[in-house]
Amino acid sequence: MGEEAGFMFMVNRTIGSVLCCRCGIRMAPNAANMCVKCLSSEVDITQGLQKRVSINHCPMCDLYLKVPGIWVKAPLESRELLQFCVKRLKNMNKVRLVGAEFIWTEPHSKRIKLRLTVQKEVLNGAVLEQSYVVEFVQEEHMCRSCSRIQANPDQWVATVQLRQRVPHKRTLFCLEQLILRHGAANSVIEIRQKDGGMDFLFANRSHALKFMEFVGKVAPIKRDHKENVERVSHDTKNNSSTNKYVFPVEISPICREDLIYLPPSVALRLGNLGPLVICTKVTNNIALLDPRTLRKCVLNTNQSWSSLLEPLLSSRRLVKYVILDVEKVRSEDHSSGSRYALAGARVVRVSDSEKTTFSTRTHLGHLLNPGDHALGYDLYGANINNIELDKYKGRGLQEVILIKKCYEEKRQTKREKAEKDEMNSEY
Amino acid sequence: MVSGLQFENSCEVGVFSKLSNAYCLVAIGGSENFYSTFESELADHIPVVKTSIGGTRIIGRLCAGNKKGLLLPHTTTDQELQHLRNSLPDEVVVQRIEERLSALGNCIACNDYVALTHTDLDRETEEMIADVLGVEVFRQTIAGNILVGSYCSFSNKGGLVHPHTSVEDLDELSTLLQVPLVAGTVNRGSEVIAAGITVNDWTAFCGSDTTATELSVIENVFKLREAQPSAIVDEMRKSLIDTVV
Repeated sequence: MGEEAGFMFMVNRTIGSVLCCRCGIRMAPNAANMCVKCLSSEVDITQGLQKRVSINHCPMCDLYLKVPGIWVKAPLESRELLQFCVKRLKNMNKVRLVGAEFIWTEPHSKRIKLRLTVQKEVLNGAVLEQSYVVEFVQEEHMCRSCSRIQANPDQWVATVQLRQRVPHKRTLFCLEQLILRHGAANSVIEIRQKDGGMDFLFANRSHALKFMEFVGKVAPIKRDHKENVERVSHDTKNNSSTNKYVFPVEISPICREDLIYLPPSVALRLGNLGPLVICTKVTNNIALLDPRTLRKCVLNTNQSWSSLLEPLLSSRRLVKYVILDVEKVRSEDHSSGSRYALAGARVVRVSDSEKTTFSTRTHLGHLLNPGDHALGYDLYGANINNIELDKYKGRGLQEVILIKKCYEEKRQTKREKAEKDEMNSEY
Repeated sequence: MVSGLQFENSCEVGVFSKLSNAYCLVAIGGSENFYSTFESELADHIPVVKTSIGGTRIIGRLCAGNKKGLLLPHTTTDQELQHLRNSLPDEVVVQRIEERLSALGNCIACNDYVALTHTDLDRETEEMIADVLGVEVFRQTIAGNILVGSYCSFSNKGGLVHPHTSVEDLDELSTLLQVPLVAGTVNRGSEVIAAGITVNDWTAFCGSDTTATELSVIENVFKLREAQPSAIVDEMRKSLIDTVV
């Protein structure tokens, strides 16, 4: 009958059964001494709780109104929507909420149904649990920003005007990809394409500033422009005004593989870098390489004089050369991740009928072999209007600056070989 | 025979009345309905006495007694004591006892042969009970409650206890009391049995909230259906005559 529990002699206690005081069925005794059915039929703990609630929803942007004036994003059958719906119920402090779940409704029926399970203490200490259904009626009401946009779709408060004075769109494409990847243009109202660049329209000055900061971090921009403020309306009594803000942003015209001439003042600042440099990389700073000495330098676009730089020749002006001879001057230089080897080369222009050979210093010594094709700038035949450059002419300025190796020949021979094999196999 | 009644809109009849085989005590109420119900039922067989104890009306919970005697707390006034001595038959010994636990009705549950008491009752009180009421005294708890007088109510035929009493406890008590016991409720699920019902060998009175199920349980356990009051009272008279003669 009894069992030892440590030192105490504990007697087995089997709970007997009593009759439910209302319906007389046998049940285990509880605090109310009524079976669950009788108790639930007698007491309704959901009395006084809301069964039907209306919530506001913006049809344009799928947001729900959380008073006063705050809109929350909550997709259907999500945790946020559940939380939002439960918070909208009043009188929930009288009962204890134990569970909540969605009941399926048609997506366009504008009804959200929840099944809530609540517990409450009834009679003399018995806790009763009951579940009931609450229906939320969705009323359509446009949120403030949507109604503003509907009223005047052209309404913007701040704009960032992105411009670059180059004939190609390479930087803009690259920038577009970066913006998409980082989501910097999430708050944009509209993007307009303009001559030489793009306009980004924002509803908020701070959004525009944030976007401008982002662009400044990924692209080389000139920072000397001030923002323009246009006053739209003015409230004299409150001394406040509604304004439109314009931020003009100019991207530096220097791109990769551009040939840049450094004026003597700039060259001096950069440690006497050769007058002609190649641009190797463009981020928010510009990396320059002197092909004659293999010296590298990074140009910080924060400097005011850096905005004066313009490319001498851009990659449209590249000319194809054939390498006749290559002499390595120095062994490969592995500094800062990129491989360059200084070499002297004798080259001939492919399109040249006279076959004038030029000897040049190039940084591609590790790639070039005699018989290879390479692309480079032809300073000998180019027509450049630069007074300072003329001073250099005949005084050791290179006539050819090779930029990159051309692999088309190899590819073409491979293709020809493949075609020949095909023809041979037919027979 | 079971009837449902109310004392001034309260269903706790066991608080305002005390019923035994030889007498019935009723509290002084505003309306005479309570008293008249008892009177119509019992007046032919036993005296029905209106009284107060210590100036209060909760007489059912303050005194304890059976056909042989009645115990009163120290708060009883001399006039009340005298009134009771005068109204009750001479066979019933009326005794006032000095006891720290003055709500004797809550501490002592008894029938004509056995009594269950609060575990902390004084030694002298226990002896007094054995003396005056002529019963065997056992200190017990019911479903973990020490107020045995509140949570159980038994007569010579059967008894009703707190619904949470375990099966083993029920067996033990049944063996002690030598009557069949049942765990149940009264007054629509109330666990305080003795407050809701007052019972003797042939009749019981319970609150009007008592459901039909509870009434049937009470009728069955106290064997009230076949009970004839005259038979029991005559039996008592016979034994009395025997002793006198």
